[in-house]
Amino acid sequence: MIGILSSLMRIGRMLGAKTQTRAYPEEKPVLPPRYRARIILTRDPDGQERCVACNLCAAVCPVDCIDVVKAETEDGHWYPETFRINFARCIFCGFCEEACPTSAIQLTPDFELADYARSSLIYDKEHLTIAGEGKHPGYRYWDIAGKAKTEAEAPPVDVRDLLP
Amino acid sequence: MTARVELNGRWFDATEGRDLLSTCLENGVDVPHFCWHGALGSVGACRLCAVRVYSGPDDTMGRIEMSCMTPVRDGMRVEVEDAEAGRFRAHVIEWLMLNHPHDCAVCEEGGACHLQDMTVATGHRNRRSDAPKRTHARQDLGPFLTHEMNRCIACYRCVRFYRDYAGGTDFNVFGAHDRVWFGRAEAGALDSPFAGNLAEICPTGVFDDKQWSQHYARPWDMTETPAICTHCSVGCNITLHERAGTLRKVQNRYHGAINGFFLCDRGRFGPWFVDAPGRITAPRQNGTAIAPDAAIALARQAVADGAIGIGSPRASLEANFALRELVGPDRFFAGVSDAEAAQVARMLAILQTTPASLATIKDFESADAALILGEDLTATAPRAALALRQAARGAEKALAGEKGVPDWLDQAVRVAGEGRRSPIAIVTPLPDALDDAATHPLRRAPDQVATFGFAIAAALRGEPSDPEAQAVAQALAAAHAPLLVSGIGLSRAEPAEALASIAAALGAKARIALFPAEANSFGLALLSPKGGLESALAANPAPLIVLENDLYHRADSATVNALLSRAPLTIALDCLDTATTARAALVLPVASMAEATGTYINNETRAQRSLAARRPTDAAPAAWRVLAQIGGLLGDAPRLDDVLAALAARSPALAGAALAAPPATALPAVARAPESYSGRTAHDLAGRVPQGTLPHQDPDSGMGWSMEGLRGAGVPPALSTGPHRPGMHSVSAAYAAQTTIGGPLKGGDPGVLLLVKSETQGQALTDPTPNGDGLRWLPLHSPFAATETDLASPPLAARAPAQHLLLHPDDATRLGLTAGAQTLVDGQPCAAPVTLDAAMPRGWVGLTAPRGRSPLVTLGAVP
Repeated sequence: MIGILSSLMRIGRMLGAKTQTRAYPEEKPVLPPRYRARIILTRDPDGQERCVACNLCAAVCPVDCIDVVKAETEDGHWYPETFRINFARCIFCGFCEEACPTSAIQLTPDFELADYARSSLIYDKEHLTIAGEGKHPGYRYWDIAGKAKTEAEAPPVDVRDLLP
Repeated sequence: MTARVELNGRWFDATEGRDLLSTCLENGVDVPHFCWHGALGSVGACRLCAVRVYSGPDDTMGRIEMSCMTPVRDGMRVEVEDAEAGRFRAHVIEWLMLNHPHDCAVCEEGGACHLQDMTVATGHRNRRSDAPKRTHARQDLGPFLTHEMNRCIACYRCVRFYRDYAGGTDFNVFGAHDRVWFGRAEAGALDSPFAGNLAEICPTGVFDDKQWSQHYARPWDMTETPAICTHCSVGCNITLHERAGTLRKVQNRYHGAINGFFLCDRGRFGPWFVDAPGRITAPRQNGTAIAPDAAIALARQAVADGAIGIGSPRASLEANFALRELVGPDRFFAGVSDAEAAQVARMLAILQTTPASLATIKDFESADAALILGEDLTATAPRAALALRQAARGAEKALAGEKGVPDWLDQAVRVAGEGRRSPIAIVTPLPDALDDAATHPLRRAPDQVATFGFAIAAALRGEPSDPEAQAVAQALAAAHAPLLVSGIGLSRAEPAEALASIAAALGAKARIALFPAEANSFGLALLSPKGGLESALAANPAPLIVLENDLYHRADSATVNALLSRAPLTIALDCLDTATTARAALVLPVASMAEATGTYINNETRAQRSLAARRPTDAAPAAWRVLAQIGGLLGDAPRLDDVLAALAARSPALAGAALAAPPATALPAVARAPESYSGRTAHDLAGRVPQGTLPHQDPDSGMGWSMEGLRGAGVPPALSTGPHRPGMHSVSAAYAAQTTIGGPLKGGDPGVLLLVKSETQGQALTDPTPNGDGLRWLPLHSPFAATETDLASPPLAARAPAQHLLLHPDDATRLGLTAGAQTLVDGQPCAAPVTLDAAMPRGWVGLTAPRGRSPLVTLGAVP
């Protein structure tokens, strides 16, 4: 009896409380920036694509839904010739973002990916790449890589020089 | 002498005086290492293999020693996991990584890198210094290799291989102290035909395979299939790496008796012909596409009309056998000149009857005297030439041994050995690439090479002979394991005959190796064809079925033209567009070596199975399958094992070919793809599983097409592509699959020797002296290209030299030709200008030309 009354009281108290149900999709939720949903490819501060096609995201992906094909510019910069994610398979675990050495691949709070056809859930490089730097502003992988020459590096040594 | 040593708390039997590092690695005790390599020995340069060594049970302190420089002593105790030794190794890695770039993400080697493995193994994680990293300039090293010197850790493996092991001269170390730089004095392709090995010998990403870089996939993203190189008769074992239906990389696959750790560039870059633009993709009749069924019907009609089959030394044993079954043994001819067919058959007979044992390539390295009769070994069987270079060091090692220097102490052996060389005689018409390793570089005109060989045999029998032959005979007689090498490179039969008589005089201690021209020359000869192309021309006119063969590379063009124009119908089965397919009325596409499983028989009659690296397309199945379909042989869906069973029933001598690899029914299958193969679900599969609709099991081999199945230890050696042990991703870990370092593979080296010794001495061959005017032809060979498949490979084509025409100055004066003059060869303009060479024998013209061309060359100035 007491149990029933206390339950009724609790329900009665909630009658005046603020509702938790959201009128989605009319009302959009505000998600934290670290929320893991739609995957993007970002650009470095110079506007160059950050991805170097190292394939670490593809390797770490537990559902194997990423496929990257490497290409190389004349000056030795690697870039993805194709970059494909199958969102029909993606489980948004965020491992790819953790594995990425260049901060290129990032997960965003945009979760509205549903579609009627599986084929529309295959995102290629042009669908994934955004114009900005995303969560890691100012980071430029090629400055620290030590492969393609940048101003951040020491000049090449002169092997004919015998001075210490 | 056996010693008992304790390694990480367990006692092992070991060889006293051997280096501790090899002893540890052979017994499964992993010690991090860099500069040591199974084929190069110890130099103690990198200091990474430090371990704590205790002298005996009473020693409680012990000391840190470099295991690669420490000889094993009885009662020794070794702690690899000792805390101080571990810290020492971590410091060494930290120094090595001080200047190593932060670029694993954009380095081809990443994922199969020895430096990466060792860094992880020692636990180094963060660079503590923030000093700027030293940088280096890059160099263009031609179509085979990339060069990124920033990644160098100065282990010196590259110079030790290139200069000390392979005898190259155009690559070196430059600079001083911490700024040493490895490369060429000037940019350009590396001269050595073994340069491609730098990609594997380099423990990091300084040198990498440029073809792989241009067709890149991560090491864990490629399927690995064991295959056999089809570019010369040595039959080196290779691994083909494939992803998304394209070839990505060709890598050495260790074989204890043949290629060991190294390949030649022709083998490493030759297989790229499989993705060349000239691939035939659909059947065609007189240049227009035709339905496959109609093409098969036409071929059936040709067989019913009594077609002649032309086999190929390039095609697999199964394909040649299926052709022989299709046309009948009486109408099956070898796709080479009559002379070559007879020479190859005679070489087999010599091997069957000689008292000498057959030399494997590994045996070359341990020979204490050698004779090469007439063969430009560096060009016709490059891997054998590399092994012969190691034989030259035998005397140096013996002298060092007398002084108490063990043979694994590489640099010390070079000093203590005082440059002493084992006796090696090279008898060739022209200066040879191996001359620098030879004690007797001897020059004879092609027809005098065999004469000299017979003089050696006479000297061995105690008969009077010329002094040079006496000297060579003495060296061979004094040796414990003299090596005798010849081949077909001069397009002459007599050098092999001379070698046989030398072997007969030396007896059972001799080892003999005869090199035919191509990967399956011996396989074709073992199927007993009715002669070569001239014999086919002499037979009654009939439709021709030409199997995987550009006849213009293997016989005189006049003969081939006559044969092709006389045939009422020519059917060519090939994977590549060639001069022969251009003249064939009906062209049927077949799978290349990358899509077809088949058996090849190498120069020691070892039958080896080469597996398909990718599924064949429906339009171009394996050649034996097409031939079986034409003939309605072996039912609707024949499998390789059925072909091999039929072959064993028909030719019992070839029954061993079926044992070259496990049958397809041996379950469970071996996985082609590594376990971390990625990207399988990136494409729209509409809910299907990735392997989906295609069968997992390969009908022709014991391998599956996917990640499912066996891998690592327990895989039969014929299907294994490496040890595949956790923490060992690089090719530098190949030792883990070997019983002893550089010894046979665990489970035995794959392949089955088919040779059966016989007592019946066959008929010796002689070379006819050609009648007529003109100069006599001296064939010139290139290490980079020999036949149509080599030239179809883009990297080899970029490296293959242009045609050469060499003349003695006296002959040139007689013909009124000068250096650089354009000439007509047999009335046709020659692409190569005249090069004058005083080393040329008089009356001969050195010419790069297909085998089996007419032995007389008429040479004239362009009017």
